[in-house]
Amino acid sequence: MTTTTRIERHHYDVVVIGAGGAGLRAAIEARLAGKKTAIISKSLFGKAHTVMAEGGAAAAMGNVNSRDNWQVHFRDTMRGGKFLNNFRMAELHAKESPQRIWELETYGALFDRTKDGKISQRNFGGHEYPRLAHVGDRTGLELIRTLQQKIVSLQQEDQREFGSYDARIRVFSETTITELLLDGDRVAGAFGYYRESGEFILFEAPAVVLATGGVGRSYKVTSNSWEYTGDGHALALRAGATLINMEFLQFHPTGMVWPPSVKGILVTESVRGDGGVLKNSEGKRFMFDYVPDVFRKQYAETEEEADRWYTDPDNNRRPPELLPRDEVARAINSEVKAGRGSPAGGVFLDIASRRSADEIRRRLPSMYHQFKELADVDITAEPMEVGPTCHYVMGGVEVDPDSGAAFGHVRGLFAAGEVSGGMHGSNRLGGNSLSDLLVFGKRAGGHAASYADGLTARPKVAVHEVEAAVETALAPLQRDTGENPYTLQQDLQAVMGDLVGIIRREGELADALVRLAELRERVAKVSAAGGRRYNPGWHLALDLRNMLVVSECTAKAALERQESRGGHTREDYPAMEPKWRQVNLVCALDGDTVQLTRKPLPKMRPELIGLFDRAELAKYLTDEELADFDALVADAGEADNR
Amino acid sequence: MSGKRQFRIWRGDESGGDLQDYMVEVNEGEVVLDVIHRLQATDAPDLACRWNCKAGKCGSCSMEINGKPRLGCMTRMSTFGDDETVTVTPLRTFPVIRDLVTDVSFNYEKARETPAFAPPADVAPGDYRMQQVDVERSQEFRKCIECFLCQTVCHVIRDHEENKQAFSGPRYFIRAAELDMHPLDARTDRKEYAQAEQGLGFCNITKCCTEVCPEHIKITDNGIIPMKERVVDRRYDPLVWLGSKIFRRGETPQTSVTTARQGSATPGSARGGLHSHAGGSHDSRAEAQAQSGVNWHREVPHPTAPAVDDRGKLPLTELTFDRAAAPSPFGDDVTFPLPPEHLNFAHPEQDNKH
Ligand SMILES: Cc1cc2nc3c(=O)[nH]c(=O)nc-3n(C[C@H](O)[C@H](O)[C@H](O)COP(=O)(O)OP(=O)(O)OC[C@H]3O[C@@H](n4cnc5c(N)ncnc54)[C@H](O)[C@@H]3O)c2cc1C
Ligand code: SF4
Ligand code: SF4
Ligand code: FES
Repeated sequence: MTTTTRIERHHYDVVVIGAGGAGLRAAIEARLAGKKTAIISKSLFGKAHTVMAEGGAAAAMGNVNSRDNWQVHFRDTMRGGKFLNNFRMAELHAKESPQRIWELETYGALFDRTKDGKISQRNFGGHEYPRLAHVGDRTGLELIRTLQQKIVSLQQEDQREFGSYDARIRVFSETTITELLLDGDRVAGAFGYYRESGEFILFEAPAVVLATGGVGRSYKVTSNSWEYTGDGHALALRAGATLINMEFLQFHPTGMVWPPSVKGILVTESVRGDGGVLKNSEGKRFMFDYVPDVFRKQYAETEEEADRWYTDPDNNRRPPELLPRDEVARAINSEVKAGRGSPAGGVFLDIASRRSADEIRRRLPSMYHQFKELADVDITAEPMEVGPTCHYVMGGVEVDPDSGAAFGHVRGLFAAGEVSGGMHGSNRLGGNSLSDLLVFGKRAGGHAASYADGLTARPKVAVHEVEAAVETALAPLQRDTGENPYTLQQDLQAVMGDLVGIIRREGELADALVRLAELRERVAKVSAAGGRRYNPGWHLALDLRNMLVVSECTAKAALERQESRGGHTREDYPAMEPKWRQVNLVCALDGDTVQLTRKPLPKMRPELIGLFDRAELAKYLTDEELADFDALVADAGEADNR
Repeated sequence: MSGKRQFRIWRGDESGGDLQDYMVEVNEGEVVLDVIHRLQATDAPDLACRWNCKAGKCGSCSMEINGKPRLGCMTRMSTFGDDETVTVTPLRTFPVIRDLVTDVSFNYEKARETPAFAPPADVAPGDYRMQQVDVERSQEFRKCIECFLCQTVCHVIRDHEENKQAFSGPRYFIRAAELDMHPLDARTDRKEYAQAEQGLGFCNITKCCTEVCPEHIKITDNGIIPMKERVVDRRYDPLVWLGSKIFRRGETPQTSVTTARQGSATPGSARGGLHSHAGGSHDSRAEAQAQSGVNWHREVPHPTAPAVDDRGKLPLTELTFDRAAAPSPFGDDVTFPLPPEHLNFAHPEQDNKH
C-alpha cells in the first residue's frame, strides 16, 4: 500500500492539532520557546470554532467593579461547576486570565473600553461582577483574529531572519489528523490528509498538543459546526490517554428555535446580561420560580429588585435570568413541557420592551443582524423565540493541571481548550472558555516545548503504523456496499438527542448503549462515494468513528452517575449527591471498548477551601468533608490567637 | 412554501466542469446552504462546499449565487421567486479546487505580507488606555470575517490574473486602514505602505466591495478613501469642508503647516464629532510630529458620501455618468496641484532655520 501511496513527511518539534484559541495560543508559546511548530486545522486558518464565541472572555481585571479579584472569580467558577472542577485548574485560570487578556492588547486586539480607557467588562450568567472582556458580541472573532495576526507577525520575524515565513511556524489549513502515532508509550507523530487533494501527510514530532475543541455534532440541535466531531477526544483515547467528566454536556439555554434550518444556532447570553428577560406564553417572567436553594442568596426575588440590579448591582441581587446555564436550560425545558411554550417550541426572550432600539443595535449588533437575516425578526421590536441547544462539552482529556500533559499511559501528549477536561467541572460558566483557551493554551504550548527539549532521542514512527493508518483512511472509499455516512450521522444524532439529551433516564441510557453498539457495526462498514479530492462524504465517514466512541463515553458515564449535577440531569436521581462530588468518571479504551473507572477528586488546598462560607459548602460536601473543614477553621483560629 | 425547487450548481475541478441541474426539496425558512446540505445528504454526497458556523460569523461559505458573491448561509430561499432557478457557482476570482471550493491562498499570502501591529515600546501589558471613540474606527474593520467576497468582486483582480501580484485587495486595504487608525500602533507609514506595496492606486473607488460585504463594513468610504488621502488633505467633501471653515472662522486653520499644537493636551480628550486620524491620542511620537510642523493629528471629517445615482450605485461607466470619466476619488472640488497650505510638509531643515 505505501509504495503506491504518496505520503508527504514533515519534521517538527511541536505539532499543535487545532487552530482555535487554544491551539493558536499554544503554538505561539512553543514558537516563542524556539521550537519548530506546526499548526493543523480542519478548516481554513481563522475559521475555527472560537470565531463563533460571542459574549466575551472572563478575567478578573476589576475594571468595572474594583472589588473583583481572582478569589471571587475562582469561587464563581467552582460554584458554576458545582464543585466538581479540578480546583487547581480553576485557580490557575482565575489567577492568570487577566494577564492573558492584557497580552492580547499587545498583539493588537481592540476590546471595548470603559470611560477611563480600560478594557470594558460585562455581566454574564454566574459571574458575580461584570467580568467579561468583550468586543460587541463578536469577542471570539477578535480573539482568533488577534492570535492569527500574532502568528503572522512571528512569521514576518522569521522571514526577516531566515528568509522564509514558514521557517519556524507553519499553518497547515484544511488538513485533518486521523491518527496519532506512538513509539512505545511516547508520541512520535501524527498522520492525516489534506482535504483539498486527499493526499496523505505525516508529521514526525515528539510532542503533540491537542486543541481540537468539542463534540457537539453528535447532536442534531447544536450550536457547534461540522468540525466538532470529537476528534481530539478520540485521538487521545486511542493513544492511551484518559477522558474525564464525559457525562457533562452543556445545553445552552438560548438557541434559535425558528426557522427549523437554523435550530440550535446560538443567541448569546449577553442578551440577558444586557437586560433581556425570559417569558412564557402567558407573558410571565418565569425564572423567579426556578431559583434553586444553593443560589437563593445571590438572586433577586422580585422583578423590581432584579431590574434595579442593572444599574445598582452593589445593593440589589441579580435577576434569575442570569443563573448558570444548566439551571436556565432546565427551566425552559419545564415551561415548554408544561405547555407554556412559544409556537415554535421554545420560550420568549424579550429585550425589545426593555431597551431602546438604538441601544440594542449598538450592544448586540450581530444578534440584531442574525435574527434579521435568518429569521426575519427585528429584535428591537419583537421578542425572540429560544430553546436549549447542545453547546459545550465539559468533559475531555484528563490532564495535569499545571502542564496540560495527558494522563493515562502516553507521554508527549498535551491538551488544552474545550478538548481538555476538569477545568469547568460539571458546568462551564459563560466566558470562562475563551480565557481557559488562553491560559491553558499557553501552558500546554510551553510545556510541550520543554518536554521536547528534555528528550535525548526522538521517538520514531513505525512504518507499519503508517500503513495501517493509510488503510483505515482509504477503507470507506474502497467499499461500495456500506451505508451513506450522512444517514449514519443522522441516526447517531437521533440516538444521542433522544436518549442522552438534557434530561436522562436509566432505561433510555441503557437503550442508547445498545443502539450505539449497533451503530458501531454499521459505521465500521460505511462507504463513501466519489474520489479523494475535497470529498465531504469521505471526510464525514472518517469522523464518524470518532463521534461514535465519544458518544459511547458520554452514554456510559451518564448511566453510571446516579445524581443530577450541572450538565447531567437524571430524572430518576434528581438531587445532587455529595458523595458523587468526590468522584470523577474516567474513560479509557481497552482495545475497542470503552472502560469506565471511578477516581477520587483531588482535595482542595486549605487556603482555597477557606475562601467559601461553611453554609455554602454544606450544600456540596459530605459530612466527613465538612468535619475536616471545621477542623481546619478551628486550627486557623488557634493559629491566629497564638 | 415547501416544495421542489430548481438548482443549477457548478460541478468540476481545475480541469473544467459545468452547471448541473438538481431538483431539491426546500422548506420554509431555509437558506441556500441548507439546500446544499440536503443535496449532499441525498443526490450528491461528494459535492464540495465550505462552511462552519451557519450564522454568518466565520466567512467560510462564500459562493456566487445567481452571479452575485454571497454567503450561502445568509441567503434565504425566500428572497427568490417561487419558480426562479437558483444558480450557484464558485468564487470567480480564485482557482477552483472542486465544485464550490476555491483556492483562496492568495488572500493568506497578502495577509502575510501586510506588516503586523507594532506595539508601542514603552507601554506595559495592562497599561493600554484608549477611548471608545478612538477604537471604534478600527473596530469597524476588525468585524471582517474574511469571507473574501470583496476580494472576489473587485474588478482589478476579478478578471485580471496579472494584477494579483501587485494588488492586495480591499480586505487588506482595510487591514492597513485599521492599523493606521489604531490609537497605539507604533508604525506611521501605513498609508504610504498601502500606496507603495499594496497597490491602493489600482482602486478607482467603484464601491463594489462595500456592496457585497456581509458585515456591512464601509470598505471604501471609511477605509480606502481615507487611506488614499495620503499627504493630500481632506478637502474632498465640500460640505464638511465649508462647514468647518465657517465654524472655525477666526481660528488658525487646523490643516495648515503652521498649526503645531504645541503644549496641547492629548488630542483624544478635546474631540467633538470628528475623529482623529492616524497616530493616536496617547502617542508621544504624534506630539513630536506636531512639534516639527507635520500634523498627522489634524481632525478629519467623516468621509464623503459618494456620488451615487438613484439606485444607490456609483455610475461605473461613462455611458451612465454625466462626466467623461470615472468620478474623482477626492471629490469634485479638489483641483490639482493642491494649494501648498493644505499639504503636510516638514522641511528637513526647518528647525535649523529659526
Ligand atoms: C456559538 C458559540 C458561542 C460561544 N460563546 C462563548 C463565549 O461568549 N465565551 C466563551 O468563553 N466561550 C464561548 N463559546 C465556547 C468557546 O467558543 C469554545 O469552547 C472554544 O472556542 C473552543 O476553542 P478551542 O480552541 O478549544 O477549539 P476550536 O476553536 O473549536 O478549534 C478546534 C480546532 O481544531 C481543529 N481540529 C479538530 N479536529 C481536528 C483534526 N482531526 N485534525 C486537525 N484539526 C482538527 C479544528 O479545525 C479547529 O481549528 C461559544 C461556543 C459557541 C459554539
Ligand atoms: S472600490 Fe476599489 S477595492 Fe473596492 S471593488 Fe472597487 S476597485 Fe476594488
Ligand atoms: S471586508 Fe467584508 S467582504 Fe471583505 S472579507 Fe471582510 S467581511 Fe468579507
Ligand atoms: S457558514 Fe460561517 S459564514 Fe456561512
